[in-house]
Amino acid sequence: MSGYVELGRVVENEQIGSDVWCMVVYAPKQAKEAKVGQFCDVRVAMGTMPLLRRPISYAGFNAQEGTITLLYRVVGKGTELMTQLSVDDTIDCLGPLGNGFTIPKRVLLVGGGVGIAPMVCASNHLPEGTKATVLLGFRNKEEAFWADLFKQDKVDVHITTDDGSLGTKGFPTAVLPSLCANTKFDSILVCGPTPMMKGVAQVAHELGLSCQVSLENRMGCGTGGCLGCAVDGQDGRRYKVCMDGPVFDSEEVGF
Amino acid sequence: MADYKIGPGYVHGYEVSPKDKNNTKRAYKDLGVTFCGIPMKNPIVAASGTFGNGPEYADYLDLSHEVGAISIKGLTPKGRPGNAGTRVAETPSGMLNCIGLENPGAEAFVETVLPTLASYDVPLFANVSAGTVDEFGYMAETLSVPGIAAIEVNISCPNVKNEGLAFGVDAKVAAQVAAEVRKRTTLPVIMKLSPNVTNIVEIAKAVVDAGADALSLINTLLGMAIDIRTKRPILGNLYGGLSGPAIKPVALRMVHQVARAVDVPIIGMGGIMTGTDAVEFMMAGADIVSVGTATVVDPRAIGRIAEEMHEYCEKEKIEHVSDITDTLQV
Ligand SMILES: Cc1cc2nc3c(=O)[nH]c(=O)nc-3n(C[C@H](O)[C@H](O)[C@H](O)COP(=O)(O)OP(=O)(O)OC[C@H]3O[C@@H](n4cnc5c(N)ncnc54)[C@H](O)[C@@H]3O)c2cc1C
Ligand SMILES: Cc1cc2nc3c(=O)[nH]c(=O)nc-3n(C[C@H](O)[C@H](O)[C@H](O)COP(=O)(O)O)c2cc1C
Ligand code: FES
Repeated sequence: MSGYVELGRVVENEQIGSDVWCMVVYAPKQAKEAKVGQFCDVRVAMGTMPLLRRPISYAGFNAQEGTITLLYRVVGKGTELMTQLSVDDTIDCLGPLGNGFTIPKRVLLVGGGVGIAPMVCASNHLPEGTKATVLLGFRNKEEAFWADLFKQDKVDVHITTDDGSLGTKGFPTAVLPSLCANTKFDSILVCGPTPMMKGVAQVAHELGLSCQVSLENRMGCGTGGCLGCAVDGQDGRRYKVCMDGPVFDSEEVGF
Repeated sequence: MADYKIGPGYVHGYEVSPKDKNNTKRAYKDLGVTFCGIPMKNPIVAASGTFGNGPEYADYLDLSHEVGAISIKGLTPKGRPGNAGTRVAETPSGMLNCIGLENPGAEAFVETVLPTLASYDVPLFANVSAGTVDEFGYMAETLSVPGIAAIEVNISCPNVKNEGLAFGVDAKVAAQVAAEVRKRTTLPVIMKLSPNVTNIVEIAKAVVDAGADALSLINTLLGMAIDIRTKRPILGNLYGGLSGPAIKPVALRMVHQVARAVDVPIIGMGGIMTGTDAVEFMMAGADIVSVGTATVVDPRAIGRIAEEMHEYCEKEKIEHVSDITDTLQV
């Protein structure tokens, strides 16, 4: 779908982890229409450096307050510039873009790294009568702040770390089978590094569960005009991640 | 860019797309032009490959009033899947692309896509590429259908191995393509020139002599980007086409050189982000302009640039935008 070009006003921009920041922006049109799994294409500077927008998933939206929340990891010059914005600064946000997740009655949310952002969003916007379980994969316990973003009294949060410093040692895929044996999920939603998404999709396939993945392709326009974000469909078609995605059924695309 | 300005209507927390239908922008009298006999509401063509098929932008722009013409994403005789791997990369004030001419093919376009564009009152240019001179003729013939206003011949796409590149760099071959296309359509023929040549004036003259009605320039400059961490090229196709503000000075120079050498109308493009940029191209000799990468950055760019051109005309007491063409004093 197409979004709105909103000149948002920064309401909050704070560091929440070693290289992760949380930005809240007043952008009322998006806040009202956004859906879980959709993203916002942010223009970090009004000049020509950097030139392109940066796609960032909604980690939250609040229609009443007219705000959207973005959780971002500083990886390059664009995200670095985002950290320099202060309260009341202007930021050009284009959104909501993309399709979003379909959330069933009993859902397992799996996230790794900044891929946790859309899962925070999902856990706070569950449809009536839906129950969610969360599974997070960290490198080590330094990343534990992500878990605090979930309302742990409402959702069950499970953690794995690569080094075993918190939760179960290993990747999320290690605990998936037992989690899925205990609860009958209708669908798994996953966002994170590609190897993690592949692994989760594989386990889901073996268990006969549907799995929705959120892809992180390089983008040009984010609005369907440049074909810069193509992904191969299993049906031989090419899809645009910015419009047909970023959420796909894991069996629908090669990623 | 120092003179970058947030367009009219942009205010805090207020959306500016005509998704909110009250916000539909007007067409300005002083911006209306006739190009090769085609009436246009303003002198801005949405550049091929940056505007989808058009409807993708109907929620951002009033296509019937805010856009002068749309050049459709490059079409080829048979459909193409485009290139695999990373297709876009950001560079200083620019971007590289190696889309690889992903398109449904000429016939499929005419059957399935063209009808979806009928409801918009905006001229469409069919941007065509092909593998042989004869195939270019076939493209012109296939696309000479109601709904298409002109054929824009891409002899310059640097993304497709041995195809676009070969035609655009050789004056003789470029002239053969122009002559063949001219023979097989009654629509205006716009030859789109490649900047990846030693002498663009020579090519321009050759295609005009062969029957081109107009020229558009420039297409993208061949470039590359490297990721030193992975020691790999960023683009899946190794090389790609550079566009955006980074190429503007080169584009301006080429438009100026070509405009002085030929007598046909010119569509100037390459890095136009603002009304000021567009005016510069017209001063250098362009009759109308085209906007590509600016749309990639801001889906409302064309409407904003039109508005800025109108403001310039008002401020400078220029009665009609066409009066700007060729007014450069050297
Ligand atoms: C649909 C979607 C949702 C995303 N959601 C989030 C999120 O919620 N939080 C978050 O921190 N990050 C998210 N990302 C990744 C984020 O877009 C990149 O980290 C960011 O663009 C990097 O910009 P930079 O200037 O700091 O890095 P640079 O490396 O300097 O960027 C150079 C260019 O590469 C692109 N690029 C670099 N890394 C990525 C990447 N991983 N994915 C896509 N493009 C990239 C940039 O957009 C830019 O065009 C998302 C990406 C997509 C496609
Ligand atoms: C993503 C992308 C795709 C493009 N595809 C085509 C194409 O199919 N055919 C063509 O003639 N030019 C194509 N171009 C070139 C543009 O039409 C234009 O000539 C060039 O980008 C310079 O203008 P700009 O700096 O305003 O973008 C493409 C450019 C971009 C950025
Ligand atoms: S990013 Fe341009 S079409 Fe998807």
